[in-house]
Amino acid sequence: CRHVAFTDCGYWTTWLGGLCHWTVLLLWCCTPERPFWLFLFDFVLLSPGTRDYNPKQMAIREKVFNTIISCFKRHGAENIDTPVFELKETLTGKYGEDSKLIYDLKDQGGELLSLRYDLTVPFARYLAMNKVTNIKRYHIAKVYRRDNPAMTRGRYREFYQCDFDIAGQYDPMIPDAECLKIVHEILSELELGDFRIKVNDRRILDGMFAVCGVPDDKFRTICSTVDKLDKMSWEDVRSEMVKEKGLSEEAADQIGQYVSLQGGMDLAERLLQDAKMSQSKQACAGLTDMKQLFSYLQLFQVTDKVVFDLSLARGLDYYTGVIYEAILTQTGPVPVAAAQNGAGEKAEEGVSVGSVAGGGRYDGLVGMFDPKGRKVPCVGVSIGIERVFSIMEQKAEASAEKVRTTETQVMVASAQKNLLEERLRLTAELWNAGIKAEVMYKKNPKLLSQLQHCEDSGIPLVAILGEQELKDGVVKLRTVHSREEVRFSYTASLSV
Amino acid sequence: MAIREKVFNTIISCFKRHGAENIDTPVFELKETLTGKYGEDSKLIYDLKDQGGELLSLRYDLTVPFARYLAMNKVTNIKRYHIAKVYRRDNPAMTRGRYREFYQCDFDIAGQYDPMIPDAECLKIVHEILSELELGDFRIKVNDRRILDGMFAVCGVPDDKFRTICSTVDKLDKMSWEDVRSEMVKEKGLSEEAADQIGQYVSLQGGMDLAERLLQDAKMSQSKQACAGLTDMKQLFSYLQLFQVTDKASAEKVRTTETQVMVASAQKNLLEERLRLTAELWNAGIKAEVMYKKNPKLLSQLQHCEDSGIPLVAILGEQELKDGVVKLRTVHSREEVRFSYTASLSV
Repeated sequence: CRHVAFTDCGYWTTWLGGLCHWTVLLLWCCTPERPFWLFLFDFVLLSPGTRDYNPKQMAIREKVFNTIISCFKRHGAENIDTPVFELKETLTGKYGEDSKLIYDLKDQGGELLSLRYDLTVPFARYLAMNKVTNIKRYHIAKVYRRDNPAMTRGRYREFYQCDFDIAGQYDPMIPDAECLKIVHEILSELELGDFRIKVNDRRILDGMFAVCGVPDDKFRTICSTVDKLDKMSWEDVRSEMVKEKGLSEEAADQIGQYVSLQGGMDLAERLLQDAKMSQSKQACAGLTDMKQLFSYLQLFQVTDKVVFDLSLARGLDYYTGVIYEAILTQTGPVPVAAAQNGAGEKAEEGVSVGSVAGGGRYDGLVGMFDPKGRKVPCVGVSIGIERVFSIMEQKAEASAEKVRTTETQVMVASAQKNLLEERLRLTAELWNAGIKAEVMYKKNPKLLSQLQHCEDSGIPLVAILGEQELKDGVVKLRTVHSREEVRFSYTASLSV
Repeated sequence: MAIREKVFNTIISCFKRHGAENIDTPVFELKETLTGKYGEDSKLIYDLKDQGGELLSLRYDLTVPFARYLAMNKVTNIKRYHIAKVYRRDNPAMTRGRYREFYQCDFDIAGQYDPMIPDAECLKIVHEILSELELGDFRIKVNDRRILDGMFAVCGVPDDKFRTICSTVDKLDKMSWEDVRSEMVKEKGLSEEAADQIGQYVSLQGGMDLAERLLQDAKMSQSKQACAGLTDMKQLFSYLQLFQVTDKASAEKVRTTETQVMVASAQKNLLEERLRLTAELWNAGIKAEVMYKKNPKLLSQLQHCEDSGIPLVAILGEQELKDGVVKLRTVHSREEVRFSYTASLSV
């Protein structure tokens, strides 16, 4: 499919990291004062290719999800969820060569199950099963791929996908345009830097291959070679087409003329006039729709970042119409990790490393699940959420700003001993009023420790209870970073 | 999903109000991590097929992964919540709500602290959540393992029968005392005398006063363990009083989207204008929808508003556009207001 996901090179999956980890664990085991039973976990590694999310990572993740989800909601999308496993037969035959990467559950005397590989096949299954003909839905969830360890240093085997799809028969190109508008909004709001959204159309590609003399049976394989243009030079791509895929040099050169072309509505118009291209009905249909798409994109005010690019191919097994891919134009240092591919693509990289979203129209998939073969046309996009996470995590590392892992507004502290009761009482009143508050689990904590906790956690305010102030019927509210204090009248409620 | 989102929002804001952090763990753990942690229930764990790598299993709960996370990351203090699905191979009895894949929503405080304060906060959180969810009246029952074990000891239960007698006593919420007593005596081999002594205690309920009474109880006070538990129970109740854990919704249509405005057209050939206005609303952060049809009927567009619960509809019409206005209609009341609107010409 058109999923795009990126990972960073995880500490776990490098050899050196593994060695360091064992050393750290051994040292840790030898520390006194550890409860004995923890020893049971000492030599346990995480399942390879997976990771925990610590509170900092969760805070970043939550922010990213909030941005993305509010965009989806702004566009009237509903949310669905599906089980983490599907019947093995549902997933069989949908992912081509990548099928060997599917995690199966052990046969424990029930139906044979597998962990979902993406969110698109489950979506198609959901539509067919519930006889849904029209829906605009988003789905954010983890998917599972048993990437071969030798090939996949740095790839996670469990990672998030963030999908938005519109299913249903509608007037052409309007939903397709809305998908692109959504990608534009999300990438703008996430502030990842400048980006471009490349669009093309399967019919234009196939038509182009046809008029360039590519034999029908070589379409898909030539297509996946053309797809490598974002990583390889034209010379290398041409060489692969001719030497490995057996294409005639003449056909290769003709393709070369086209795939270098980029533009907007004007390019679509030009190609409709092109003597060769216009011979293909398929290509003309695609080009006409491309013009229509651009006219809607203009109305949606997103043409500044969208480019009609004839070299965009992607894993095309599902796609029947428009395809698109968003790339960041300033790619930061990307380690060993590379794209995690969508279903239907080959196991090697199918997307450039700067890619953060991808998708297209796939009108034939739902029909594969319907016993009567009833078709439900679909168009959608998948946001490369793991790549976004790692960019945001790197930004957080690099910036001086501290990422808060809690949202506490007020710390309730005491300046002297024996004020636990008063602290607990005030804290409860704050909670009851919906204010986010914390209190230290200590009967007689030192004021300094309480203030230090505020600094460490980024808590902005501290309410300080003191003996004299309580007698005076006040509590002091201090702004942690400026140390300014205000006195509020406070009579501890006596209604206990 | 809309209902689920509402419930999660309520629960998560409560956790956040109490300063909890959030973590997440993988859906599968190494099989060896889960082995030996669940007793008889281990046979309910979903295993992954051996496909040539480490043996993996789907997580059975969130607590063992939490313990693994703490150990692995050398965390000694944390207040965390974790909401995620877990997997159990129960026989799916859908009517009783035990699906094979279901959510757990855990809140835990790890670390060495002064006794009972974190314990009291957990109860405060349960109280807040159940109150806010408006599920109706509720009770939170508390007890202590040390009090139970102490009670069994002073009633004459042999040490090696503690756990099994405990699981029988646990059935009191579903079985009568006669049946529970019968199981203890006939199936678990407990003496009738011991069973009767237990019977005296397990019928007791109360508050701090009960804890005090039991500390004075001739038999119970013989157990050091029970006394420790009872002392802590008194402390717990004193904190619960400070936390005011004492007492304190109409069927709304559940919307599955949050759309605020439907952008509609009253006549044909107004798709461009609709799309333009919709884009302006999106750009202004307003949740808007437009029908994917060049020439939809006004009635269908209004019907969609009714079906989806969209409160407002902006209706574009030829005459109105000439006059430079757009009508904004409140769907349920049909009241209309005219706003001046000049379609931006900067395309």
